Amino acid sequence: MSSVKNLKYLTGPLNANNPVIVQILGICSALAVTVKLKPAIVMGLSVMVVTAFANLVMSLLRKGIPSRIRIIVQLVVIAALVILVDQFLKAYVYDVSKQLSVYVGLIITNCIIMGRVEAFALGNKPWASFLDGIGNGLGYASILVTVAFFRELFGSGQLLGFQIIPESWYAADGGFYYNNGLMLFPPMALILVGCIIWIHRSYNKDLQEK
Amino acid sequence: MSGLRKLVDKMKPTFSEGGKLSFLGSTFDAFETFLFVPDTTTSKGAHIRDCNDMKRVMITVVIALLPAFLFGCYNTGHLVGLAGWTAFFYGLVRVLPMVATSYIVGLAIEFGFAQVRKHEVNEGFLVTGLLIPMIMPVSTPLWMVALGTAFAVVFGKEVFGGTGMNVFNPALVARAFVFFAYTPSMSGEKVWFSDWTMMGAQVDGVSGATALEQLGNTGAMTFSNLDAFLGFIPGSFGETSTLAILIGAAILLFTGIASWRTMLSVVVGGLAMGAVFNLVGATPYMQIPAWQHLLVGGFAFGAVFMATDPVTSAQTNVGKYVYGFMTGAIAIMIRVINPAYPEGMMLSILFMNALAPLIDYCVVEANIRRRNKRVKLVK
Repeated sequence: MSSVKNLKYLTGPLNANNPVIVQILGICSALAVTVKLKPAIVMGLSVMVVTAFANLVMSLLRKGIPSRIRIIVQLVVIAALVILVDQFLKAYVYDVSKQLSVYVGLIITNCIIMGRVEAFALGNKPWASFLDGIGNGLGYASILVTVAFFRELFGSGQLLGFQIIPESWYAADGGFYYNNGLMLFPPMALILVGCIIWIHRSYNKDLQEK
Repeated sequence: MSGLRKLVDKMKPTFSEGGKLSFLGSTFDAFETFLFVPDTTTSKGAHIRDCNDMKRVMITVVIALLPAFLFGCYNTGHLVGLAGWTAFFYGLVRVLPMVATSYIVGLAIEFGFAQVRKHEVNEGFLVTGLLIPMIMPVSTPLWMVALGTAFAVVFGKEVFGGTGMNVFNPALVARAFVFFAYTPSMSGEKVWFSDWTMMGAQVDGVSGATALEQLGNTGAMTFSNLDAFLGFIPGSFGETSTLAILIGAAILLFTGIASWRTMLSVVVGGLAMGAVFNLVGATPYMQIPAWQHLLVGGFAFGAVFMATDPVTSAQTNVGKYVYGFMTGAIAIMIRVINPAYPEGMMLSILFMNALAPLIDYCVVEANIRRRNKRVKLVK
């Protein structure tokens, strides 16, 4: 297998085949965990790890599973991976794990993972599947991080917890500025995702519906 | 006038197809039709057109808004202790920057989109641009007005395809955006009063809750009903005077621009919901007479100028009754039941905007069914 093709598995989901803004998958968690940048990064990485290894394991097993029970096998594999990630987060980044709360567990239901396993891993070789998982995870993470960047910057005036907008600008300190409270509400995440889709499609003419 | 005509004619080739500045074609077109009645003739389809084109409709609405606007100017000065012409000029000077901001930002975006999409510039923003400052507190910072306007024009209007295609009333989208994004600047006791010291205005320590907030807290207000009707109460800039709004309503109804069905049914809906709450009577707010709801807050303004928006309201006559009734009823319901949103009118109109196409669909389907039945009977 040529490396050019492998590279495509990795970069395709970042742009023209992005799981969030082209396939519109995984929107729910994109709304829920993007109030702050840090949970969004951790969430993106967790999904990437789970997608990559779920793809790898399922690709290795693909010839041994009867097709009638494949969904339940996929669920067992994904659930096991999610539990591993959850335990890892609890052990090393406890505060973020608490912020993400149920959403780590809900990675199991993330449509991207199931979608990639069904659509790709069951019909491709392990290494390609692994790369595809990494690529889709990265594509998901990139949108999450972009949305969270704007939401944290304009909603709380911070990035990764550091104050970016000077304190002296705020009305409480005699300035004129207020944080945008709408950014903290989930609907604003949807509007931001919509903006990203708008910009993305105006650069990718072949994605535009007639 | 002929000199102006000659000047426009001389400039026309430059902006037409193939001209040097053809990329500014729709801007030129907008100004030309603003100055002169267009001389283009219909080439296909219906050949009889009403002379009441969109520009004239919009200008009529602006004229209907003027009484409320002028009274808003006076009231702004009145609230900071001025009287007579001083109060009026104080208010006028205070609010003009807001009006200018909303027009400049909104029209700039509108012209930009028209240019890129090669559309004509539509006149809808003439009304929206005046409505936006009128439904905000007078002390709203200009950058918030600008941001709200930009959000409303882009996400309330242009993403749906521009004037005539929007699902939500753009002015209310602007207010909703600012309300949810900068809640402290849109509610509370200070924001309803101007903070500019000039012409001898007493701005220090002036504060007070709106009639709505008072009613929400205690079920009674410190203003007399007459003051509430005439408009000498704190509130968003243009919404306080029910009398001035009624004059505007008369203009809109006389010229046939707004639908009397919508207006009437909004009022009936509000009164009906108020009466229902009177029957329940569990809190002091529920016990206030139903008609008092119509005097305070943005109810009258919303019923006359917002709910009747021909684009976002229901299109069928029966649909208008349903749409109006629900708007009025939900507005009073939000006001009374949810103390977090003292102004229910904004949310209820936006909500019903979303439902208006569904109402129309049901009305049209019911009509088709009825007529189908008649056909079968004849057979």
